[in-house]
Amino acid sequence: MAVPLTRSTPLRTDARPAAGGWGFVKPSVIPGFGVTFGYALTYLSLIVLIPIAALFLKAASISPERLLEIATDERTLRALITSFGSSLLAALVNVVFGVIIAWVLVRYKFPGKRVLDAIVDLPFALPTAVAGIALSALYAPKGWIGSLFSPKGPLNLWIDAQLWLPEWIRAVEINFKIAYTPTGIVVALIFIGLPFVVRTVQPVLEEFEQELEEAAATLGANRWQTITRVILPRLTPAVLTGFALAFARAVGEYGSVIFIAGNIPYVSEIAPLLIIIRLEEFDQPAAATVAAIMLVIAFLMLLVINLIQAWSRRRFDDAV
Amino acid sequence: MPYDESDVLVYDSRRAPEAPDKHLRATSEAAWVRRSLIGIAVAFMLLVLVLPLALVFTEAFKKGFGVFLESLADRHALAAIRLTLLVAAIAVPLNLVFGVAAAWAIAKFEFKGKAFLTTLIDLPFSVSPVVSGLVYVLLFGAQGLLGPWLQANNIEIIFAVPGIVLATVFVTFPFVARELIPLMQAQGSGDEEAALSLGASGWQAFWRVTLPNIKWGLLYGVLLCNARAMGEFGAVAVVSGHIRGKTTTMPLHIEILYNEYNFAAAFAVASLLAMLALVTLVIKAVLEFRFGEELAATRRH
Repeated sequence: MAVPLTRSTPLRTDARPAAGGWGFVKPSVIPGFGVTFGYALTYLSLIVLIPIAALFLKAASISPERLLEIATDERTLRALITSFGSSLLAALVNVVFGVIIAWVLVRYKFPGKRVLDAIVDLPFALPTAVAGIALSALYAPKGWIGSLFSPKGPLNLWIDAQLWLPEWIRAVEINFKIAYTPTGIVVALIFIGLPFVVRTVQPVLEEFEQELEEAAATLGANRWQTITRVILPRLTPAVLTGFALAFARAVGEYGSVIFIAGNIPYVSEIAPLLIIIRLEEFDQPAAATVAAIMLVIAFLMLLVINLIQAWSRRRFDDAV
Repeated sequence: MPYDESDVLVYDSRRAPEAPDKHLRATSEAAWVRRSLIGIAVAFMLLVLVLPLALVFTEAFKKGFGVFLESLADRHALAAIRLTLLVAAIAVPLNLVFGVAAAWAIAKFEFKGKAFLTTLIDLPFSVSPVVSGLVYVLLFGAQGLLGPWLQANNIEIIFAVPGIVLATVFVTFPFVARELIPLMQAQGSGDEEAALSLGASGWQAFWRVTLPNIKWGLLYGVLLCNARAMGEFGAVAVVSGHIRGKTTTMPLHIEILYNEYNFAAAFAVASLLAMLALVTLVIKAVLEFRFGEELAATRRH
């Protein structure tokens, strides 16, 4: 006979865990919470939180008029537009090719696949300064790729040699500069952002239930319909997260960009470089203001990424 | 009833049954689509990733092996290599200890504000490297909050080695922690509870149970942390002051050489860092291949 669970059965009630009854930390037999938590929090505060707070303190100590003046300064605005515009473009390119690369790596078998998979992470491992000088040398007018588009480059010579083409087409001279222009910035940011998209889409594709594709096929969908209406919607949160990560990284990127950008004020000057220039001019308020704007935008990006993941968890019951 | 051995279907667990690939499966694409997608992916990766890497080594050896060695044996180059190793040797262990402590607190305990703490740990990843350096200049620089006090006490942080170490610690801050937290969360604390109930002390449980469980994840995090520590440029550029032979790490030395149009030397030093990147990638791939299961929670970014 079962003992009724009433207030008169103290043994049972005592054994029940107090729901939400713990204070700051849930009691546990594992030792070391105080030491590890205290150490982690102290270290985090000293290295990250206090220095960042100092930046905002600096920005807050500037008078509102001066703050507004710095923030709406033509050069600041141009630098921010250059940074955000080229980051957006690069992230879009990365989304297209990143999804294709992730797809190929997960779904197909071909020789050299493992090497290709490992190489995806190269931008994470290669120091940005090395990437910067390599890309700059590659896309400079005399570089391996840059020379293709220079006035005396093979592309022009080839078109000139095509005698069957009308005169006016052969007269067109291709002179497309990549390095030392805003295009160069986008090239560098594509390099930096690629792994973010591949590495967020790849695991979701690996986990993808192929039964769904089979179901779509048995219901009469052709392959194109299955991909666009079943697979791609499922990938959307991962793609958005990858996009946001690549974009956020690109906005703050410095090392790989400055060598290839040419750094012409108002044209190809990125926001992080402007911070350094202001600092070298001993104009700390201006440097702190631009930095604070970038930090606020970075925090917003972080929030957006978290929202996408929360949405994805609700919608598909997984996190990307 | 007698039966022939070949009539019995033996399930061979070692070999998966081969699918008859004669017909196009409903979950795959036509061969020409497959081939073009592979072609696009390989071509894009060759253009974007492999070509720059190939260029580094080509340029490094363009003027011959002698010039390559000379560039590396240069007094300032050697000083830069030494400083880079020193900075990594300080920054990586610091973040290693922090990573283990933070992962222990976050993975083994339930406490309020845990998600917030985890987000804060990831914060340095979303901060521009230049801003990471700037925050220390605003704090310790001559015009900074603590600047006058530091000057009065003759302590040099900005435009000196301590500043470079601090900036490097900042940018490599989350690497170990973010590898260990999901791994230790996935492993739970059952093993440690068993060890404790058998009379182990907390320290013994960590040293003999937890550490062997997380060693590959730890190595993975340290590997990535080290690669970034040795290669960091933006944050270090802000705090270093570029004093040649004194506060120039390898990436800064590359910048100086490149801006002096000394390309052969710049790419020679760059090739060393590119080698470091390749070694990192190889070890990383081996870890993922060999210990993929143990790293499962952390495998992808």
